[in-house]
Amino acid sequence: MHSPQVKLESSANLQENMLLEVNGLKTYFQMEKGKVAKAVDNVSFSINKGETVALVGESGSGKSITSLSIMRLIPKPPGEIVEGSIFLEGKELLTLPEDEMANVRGNDIGMIFQEPMTSLDPVFTIGNQIVESLMRHQKIKKSEAYEKAIELLKIVGFSRAEVIINEYPHQLSGGMRQRVMIAIAMSNNPKLLIADEPTTALDVTVQAQILNLMMDMKKKYGSSILLITHDMGVVAEVADRVLVMYAGQIVEEALVKDLFLKTKHPYTKALLKTIPNIEVELHRLDSIPGTVPPAHLFPKGCRFAERCTYAMAKCHEEDPSLIENSPDHKVRCHLYEREGGM
Amino acid sequence: MAYIIRRIILFVVTMATVSLITFSVFQVMPGDPIRIMLGTEADETQVETLKKQLGLDQPLHIQYMDWVKGLVTGDLGDSIRFSRPVTELLADRLPVTISLALITLIIVVIVAIPLGIFVAKRQNKLSDVVFSSVTQLGMAVPSFWLGMLLILYLGMNFSFFTISGYVPWTQSVVGALGALLLPALTIAIPQIAVKFRYVRNAILEQLRLDYVRTIRSKGITEKFVMYKHVLRNSMIPILTVFGLITAEVVAGTIIVEQVFSLPGIGQLLITSISYRDFPLVQGIVMYITFVVVFINFIVDILYSVLDPRIRLN
Ligand SMILES: Nc1ncnc2c1ncn2[C@@H]1O[C@H](COP(=O)(O)OP(=O)(O)OP(=O)(O)O)[C@@H](O)[C@H]1O
Ligand SMILES: [Mg+2]
Repeated sequence: MHSPQVKLESSANLQENMLLEVNGLKTYFQMEKGKVAKAVDNVSFSINKGETVALVGESGSGKSITSLSIMRLIPKPPGEIVEGSIFLEGKELLTLPEDEMANVRGNDIGMIFQEPMTSLDPVFTIGNQIVESLMRHQKIKKSEAYEKAIELLKIVGFSRAEVIINEYPHQLSGGMRQRVMIAIAMSNNPKLLIADEPTTALDVTVQAQILNLMMDMKKKYGSSILLITHDMGVVAEVADRVLVMYAGQIVEEALVKDLFLKTKHPYTKALLKTIPNIEVELHRLDSIPGTVPPAHLFPKGCRFAERCTYAMAKCHEEDPSLIENSPDHKVRCHLYEREGGM
Repeated sequence: MAYIIRRIILFVVTMATVSLITFSVFQVMPGDPIRIMLGTEADETQVETLKKQLGLDQPLHIQYMDWVKGLVTGDLGDSIRFSRPVTELLADRLPVTISLALITLIIVVIVAIPLGIFVAKRQNKLSDVVFSSVTQLGMAVPSFWLGMLLILYLGMNFSFFTISGYVPWTQSVVGALGALLLPALTIAIPQIAVKFRYVRNAILEQLRLDYVRTIRSKGITEKFVMYKHVLRNSMIPILTVFGLITAEVVAGTIIVEQVFSLPGIGQLLITSISYRDFPLVQGIVMYITFVVVFINFIVDILYSVLDPRIRLN
């Protein structure tokens, strides 16, 4: 009766509630002169069913590459997932044959991208592009698929769905296109929705609409969300749990209230200071001095050390490991290695 | 619709401009056609009579208007060399040249596009080197030499090919193909060698764009990504290149008709120039420009068919 192999497959089997589990993911890019860009370097995290997990970090920290790795859409060459495992409900995605992985994309996992202006095919109608997604994963007739597409467009807020369906992407505004993207991503009721900075390119007024829409969709379909953003304000509003990423690594992981109230990592503290303050008219009060080093030039020791105000000698020498203070709160920083910390 | 009307207006304006330029060029060109017709011994009264007969005594703008009226009604005057209406001469030669150009174009399209896709899919260092040498070679080979090679290696060995002269379609389809295939290949091969790279580049360019990632994220398989989306989008830049090819093919027929002794427009042009047969040269020049401008017009219309951003603006 008992099969020990089942247990080895994934710890997701042990935890009923777990949807996605990423283990020791390494995605490297081969660059000229034999240099290697370690865009994602030993990243592990998990997402529970129905949970909204935010992945935050400055530009270039490896957020998009992490999400594209989950979809196995890393352009190869130059990129390659060199190590790790990704389980979706216990199914290992990284060893799946390409045709089976294609069945997962758009069906189990839907994705929205940062650039609504360029994310749709310019020569096909909105309807065609939604129907394409529906008919790829569901056995339905074309006429049925079109009806469903109209329904989806109504759900994402188009009152004139019957007209929009025959329009082309260039006839719609950025916010409208992003809503179309959401309709496409949600068309097959995915278990996981990955949204890579879905509102960054949009007007401030439209940003809130898109976020609300995503949260509505999540409630309606019970899906989990991996929300990539560098806006800590958005994180506070919608996330259950937060992953903070810096230079290809996760440096802090915490429930959202702990992240804001019991912030540990100096990088997270610095990030939190960058929340735009409404009272001073959305002026960025503070941005962290310096920039993320490019992925082929990560320094020795802690990758944040050169920008860190708390850096000690040790930080420039030794790579800190991810310390588990409590099951819900992990931090990669030498300051917390002994009990107590700062 | 507004787009198409604009294109039609542009077409008419371009043709009018070209006709004016063609007419002016022949006014300032050295060499008096009357003198050539009558020989240097002719006396003044003979010259005057002929001038009157040809309407060359009229003021220039009247001459131009007459000529344009002729163009529109299909009366391009009489050839000096052949003493026959230019339109008739053109009509005799046109089927040859048009067949040659069309066969060439078909060969280029059905080889260059699949080849471009093939190379784009197998993108690596080795194939890049191999295929760019092919391109270099294709650009360097003179067409008369390539034509002679084809005659030597294919024409001489297979009775299917006629290596000199023409067989009308109405007489024998196989015969016509046999006469036209080698000259068509002569023009097509260098075109393919150069233009398949444009196809490849257009496809690689598309593959880098964001929308391709979206399509893949929907689970669409690579076959559909390539043949439904990428190829369809690439057709827009590829169309530009094929518009150019058509003009180059028409130009190519001029030399190749000499090599293969095909009685086409090209051959007629060369004869007419050496005899300073002005009405005929003018007629041929107008024909060639008409073809080129007309093709550009068609290309513009096709753009609007392929690209909703043009159609709906
Ligand atoms: N094609 C590539 N070749 C080499 N390095 C790459 C490539 N793509 C990404 N990288 C490296 O991966 C790092 C992480 O990139 P990524 O796009 O994941 O950042 P990000 O966190 O999503 O940033 P942003 O907020 O700007 O979207 C980059 O700094 C870059 O050095
Ligand atoms: Mg990104």
